[in-house]
Amino acid sequence: MRYGLVTAALAVSTALQFAGQAAAADVEVIHWWTSKGESAAVSQFAKAFDNDGHGDKWVDSAIALGETARSTVMQRVLGGDPPGAAQFNPGRQYEELISGGKLLDLTDVATAGKWDEVIRPKAIGGACLVDGHWWCVPVNIHSNYWAWYSKPVFEKAGVPEPKNLDEFIAAAPKIKEAGLIPFAIGGDGNGWQIQLLFQDMVTAALGVAKRDEMYTKKSADIAGGAEMKGVFTQLRALKQFSDNGYANRNWNDTTNLVITGKAGLQVMGDWARGEFAAAGMTGVKDFGCMIGLNEAKPVVSTDGDIIVFFKQDNTDVEAAQKRLAALLISPEVQVAFNNAKGSMPVRGDVDMSTADPCMQKALKAVEDPANIVTATNRFITENTNQQINELVAQFFADDTMTADDATAKFATIIGNSD
Amino acid sequence: MQKSWRRGFHLPAVIGTVPMILVAVGVFVIGVGFSVLWSFTSSKLFPTYDFVGLAQYRRLWADNRWLISVNNIWFFGLMSITCNMLFGYLLAVFMDQRIRQEDLFRSIFLYPFAMSLIVTGLVWQWVLDPNLGLQAAMRNWGWSSFSFAPLVSADTALYALVVAGIWQGSGVTMAILLAGLRGVDEEIWKAAKVDGIPTWRTHVSIVAPMMRGSFATAFVLQCVGVVRVYDLVIAMTGGGPGIATSMPAVYVIQLITVRQNVGQGMAAATMMLLPVLVVLAFGGLVAWRRKRQGETEA
Repeated sequence: MRYGLVTAALAVSTALQFAGQAAAADVEVIHWWTSKGESAAVSQFAKAFDNDGHGDKWVDSAIALGETARSTVMQRVLGGDPPGAAQFNPGRQYEELISGGKLLDLTDVATAGKWDEVIRPKAIGGACLVDGHWWCVPVNIHSNYWAWYSKPVFEKAGVPEPKNLDEFIAAAPKIKEAGLIPFAIGGDGNGWQIQLLFQDMVTAALGVAKRDEMYTKKSADIAGGAEMKGVFTQLRALKQFSDNGYANRNWNDTTNLVITGKAGLQVMGDWARGEFAAAGMTGVKDFGCMIGLNEAKPVVSTDGDIIVFFKQDNTDVEAAQKRLAALLISPEVQVAFNNAKGSMPVRGDVDMSTADPCMQKALKAVEDPANIVTATNRFITENTNQQINELVAQFFADDTMTADDATAKFATIIGNSD
Repeated sequence: MQKSWRRGFHLPAVIGTVPMILVAVGVFVIGVGFSVLWSFTSSKLFPTYDFVGLAQYRRLWADNRWLISVNNIWFFGLMSITCNMLFGYLLAVFMDQRIRQEDLFRSIFLYPFAMSLIVTGLVWQWVLDPNLGLQAAMRNWGWSSFSFAPLVSADTALYALVVAGIWQGSGVTMAILLAGLRGVDEEIWKAAKVDGIPTWRTHVSIVAPMMRGSFATAFVLQCVGVVRVYDLVIAMTGGGPGIATSMPAVYVIQLITVRQNVGQGMAAATMMLLPVLVVLAFGGLVAWRRKRQGETEA
């Protein structure tokens, strides 16, 4: 009897210990948050998950450049060794992962967390809510519609700070005369930075409604129209104001040119603000931000990042994945992450009074649905996206390619897109 | 005939070659078979068996980037193979002059080949980057109008790749041809000298034809290197600026991994296989004819 008791106690304690160990799990997360501001942000996720009280561990797999990180994820999925979680941009990049049954269904986590009520605007949730099931966690709203400029550069060149892209192009020759780079851009990763600029210009030229019509109806007429030719002509003009070191430069080195006062202006999403913040600068005081390429017509896009979780045949890991999913969208983690990253939180019920003046501009603009631009990735597949990348990158690099040529090719890509 | 037939099925030899045969059939034949099969399907991210005929090939040949890739590989191939063979032979002749420190020179010339192209490509990229490398250095030393930035212009980036390819490939060509040169009998040189034939003439008309085997080996190695050129492009230009230095292998990987369009990527891979098959068929035909001639003569 005495022995029996001891044995039972031993058994219970062993079982408890075993249960404790079994519940905790490592979750590997592949993402491309590698710049200074971004890694400060992602460490907020890691810290919160490591201290969630279950002994879980965030295993960080940071891979520079989105297209490289995404293709690594796809290769691992195809090879039967998917990571625990991975970053994507909201859109069609992961639609085949959903239809192929590779993703963990997060509907129960979403119901418990009332995601459909707290996430705003609704379009952000729509990227994850497919056929009534939640397949991913939106973690932030990024707007691609921003230009960032260096106040000292404009001062030195003796030109007023720009209020829209046309004003900037008019001021650019003066900046060039002052021996500085007027327009900062980078051409890495198949030219995605050039396409980001291009898409901003397309929306400005066509207007939101006509742009959406072009992408949803795959209208080669709009894509081959006069407005689009104007965009390509303007793009060529901007190229003449860039430096010749652009070819392989990544976005954060490009932002750094503006931060250090070597270049005047960069068109980049609001993750660039994370770089300014990491360099100890605050908006409006140390650097300028122009919303939507035209201060008079502010627009905010619903780009951003989402996290998908891959099915694992291990219930402990699955439980840990769901804990992580719930944690990523919890109010405290959202504030900490987004303040570091320079993005907007995906829920409206958090306190963003600490946000800097540039983000306040965006928070104000996002209140009016007319200012919200649907992310281009929602309309087009990665295949079409890369074709556009290649076209604009080629046009940007090759001065012998005419705007007419480029417009015709763009119309073909849009007309044949799937 | 009877004897050689039995020798073909010598048991230890069969056991010894079985793993190799399995690998060859498994990896090459079956792998290539699936590539060709999927090139006729509408596979996107995941391979499917939804057959669409030649649609992927039509899309491929309408794709500007593929056309540029094909043009680039011809230019790159012709330039780098010609220069590699030429420089390789000249280097081999130079090494054959009984110079001092031959081992040292051989190591220097072979070194580029021994290192990973990703590493050397990156070094080249840094040297040629206008803000970091040669141009920046020259300007800092006071030559402020110095301009040398081949990688950032769409017109010149391909030439920079060719130069890097030559730098990388001529050493190994030299090593192969040097071995061939050393294999030429000393007596032939002496005989040519006695006959009063100039040295260059001896090289061109006597020695070079005798080194046919070495030339063939070096040539085939170069060709294989050209068809699969990938890491050099990725490390130096990433296919840019724009898409100016895209190559077929880069295109295939780009389509399969990034563009999530396996079907079209496989169509491109199949197109890369075609010229190799043509060359193989031609070689096979020549060998077969030679064998038949040999049989009739016998």
